[in-house]
Amino acid sequence: MSTKTLPERGDTHEQGTAGPQQNTGRRRFAVRGTARGRQARAAWLLAAPFLALFAAFMLLPVVWSLLMGLTDTKSADLRTPLNVSFVGFDNYVRLFEDPQFFTALRNTAVFVLVALPLTLAAGLAAAVALDRGIRRFRAVFRVGFYLPVITSIVAVAVVWKTVLEPRAGLANLVLGWFGIDGPAWLADTRFALPVMIVMAVWRNLGTVMIIMLAGLQSVPQSLMEAAELDGAGPWQRFWRVTFPLLRPALLLTAVTTGIGYLQFFDEPFVMTDGGPLDSTLSATLYAYKQFGNGNYEMASAAGYVIFVLIVALTVLQFRVLRDKD
Amino acid sequence: MSTLSTLRRPQPGTDRALRRRRIRQNWGRPWLYIPLVGALLLMIAPFLWMLSGSFKPEADIRRVPPVLIPTAPTTANYGELFSTLDFTSMFANSVIVAVAVTAGNLIFCSMLGYALAKLEFRGQRAVFLLVMGTLMIPGLVTFVPLYVLVANMQLTGSLLGLILPFLATPFGVFLMRQFISTLPDELIDAARVDGCRELAIFAKIILPLTKPALATLGIITFLGSWNNFLWPLVVAQNESQYTLPVGLALASSGQSFTRFGILLAGAMVVLLPVMIVFLLFQRQFVAGIATTGLK
Repeated sequence: MSTKTLPERGDTHEQGTAGPQQNTGRRRFAVRGTARGRQARAAWLLAAPFLALFAAFMLLPVVWSLLMGLTDTKSADLRTPLNVSFVGFDNYVRLFEDPQFFTALRNTAVFVLVALPLTLAAGLAAAVALDRGIRRFRAVFRVGFYLPVITSIVAVAVVWKTVLEPRAGLANLVLGWFGIDGPAWLADTRFALPVMIVMAVWRNLGTVMIIMLAGLQSVPQSLMEAAELDGAGPWQRFWRVTFPLLRPALLLTAVTTGIGYLQFFDEPFVMTDGGPLDSTLSATLYAYKQFGNGNYEMASAAGYVIFVLIVALTVLQFRVLRDKD
Repeated sequence: MSTLSTLRRPQPGTDRALRRRRIRQNWGRPWLYIPLVGALLLMIAPFLWMLSGSFKPEADIRRVPPVLIPTAPTTANYGELFSTLDFTSMFANSVIVAVAVTAGNLIFCSMLGYALAKLEFRGQRAVFLLVMGTLMIPGLVTFVPLYVLVANMQLTGSLLGLILPFLATPFGVFLMRQFISTLPDELIDAARVDGCRELAIFAKIILPLTKPALATLGIITFLGSWNNFLWPLVVAQNESQYTLPVGLALASSGQSFTRFGILLAGAMVVLLPVMIVFLLFQRQFVAGIATTGLK
């Protein structure tokens, strides 16, 4: 953020003993017509359209949702959202008494804890391989690895659903070449969630790769050569020189990917509807189902539980990954 | 080019060492291509499957075990997609929503981004923290009240209901502010000294310099809106407001699932525009992600 003091019109006095006091005085009583006042007015003019939309479609719903989670909306309909009774934390108590919500939380936790490290590792590996290892066709690899990121999740889900079709799908066709009788994938409680973890890694490693590639290109070549001269091997060079420089980029991708993964929704919604036997029911899908059943207060409460989890994960990631100095 | 300079320079060592060096300069580490090509195949296999499936006649689709290359390629799936599912109007809806949302974000986010990056005003820090603080709030938290709000505004029956809530997003502000704060202050000071008005500085000096970031934000927003699924699914009340992902998802959950030639053709139609946008603007996109990702 710029904290620089800007030159003001009529500000002609030299830097003398009286200068600083006059300056503070002027800063405090910024009024119309002064440079600072004009700047502030311009700033608010520029900010106003965004803030108006933001207040209406972000702040208002956030506060409203918080209140909704603390009320019983059963008596009211959508058109009279204020006609409700305040019930404190009853909805949250009900939420945590629901075994299905626990299943949803557990699935989400497994998904995040497995898929997030895998995505980061795969993206980083792809970036290192593309940056240092090869010279030809780099753009082809980059586009190929990034393609899943830009693909609509619904299109992805539809394609994977047909790939995983037990009889006429690509996955079991390929397994058949090796004499393996493939499972029913999405219809099998043991495979449905792992399949979605693989899909998530497949879909998101491109983002990590692109950001890491940019990070790797900013690692000065001279630093690497100096480390090499000092006798550092490839592994040492990576962990002692490259990795620390990549840490801010890694933190950013870990945080944004983590926020996305905790809201894991589209794949189970399109592919399994949370099944079989709730094995792919995510916390967000649970909330959505509550919404669909008209339990708006439960949906809001579940949304806030996910929010708390996101904050916790983000804080944890900052603790683990931020620069030590 | 690099080969020539290698040849000219006197090389110590044998011919073999020389050749190895030349390969290295042209290709890097040749053995790395094997795992990378394998990984690339894994990454694009679903796309190849989609492409082949979309041109498969009904007989090939039902065949067990499946065939990879259609025996008699046909465009019937695409034809049926547009005739029975009304993909034309879904396509138009997707374009309208994505363009409107992108335009809104480019305008509003760059305006606030500039104010936060380069202007001084009371409450600046509060505005910044407030906007950035909401980046972590999951969509589902605002989802229910947002739905009530839009329903009460009588917007569930129009495309406006799909557009309005996404016109101004915190991520865009973050991206624009990051980029604009890297522009030199001297430029703005000089314009002020020359008597340029504040809003004119933004329009005439900052905006043209911000093109790379605008391109990035534009592509990200367009892709996000094009692929957005949950909100249009809930808000769109009748088929005339369906966007492509909604139409595709509803088609895939219905009884027509067994006919996945049509679904794969639909997935192709959803994917093609974003692929074209991405391939055209790849460079700006990557550069933009890099500048925001590393700050």
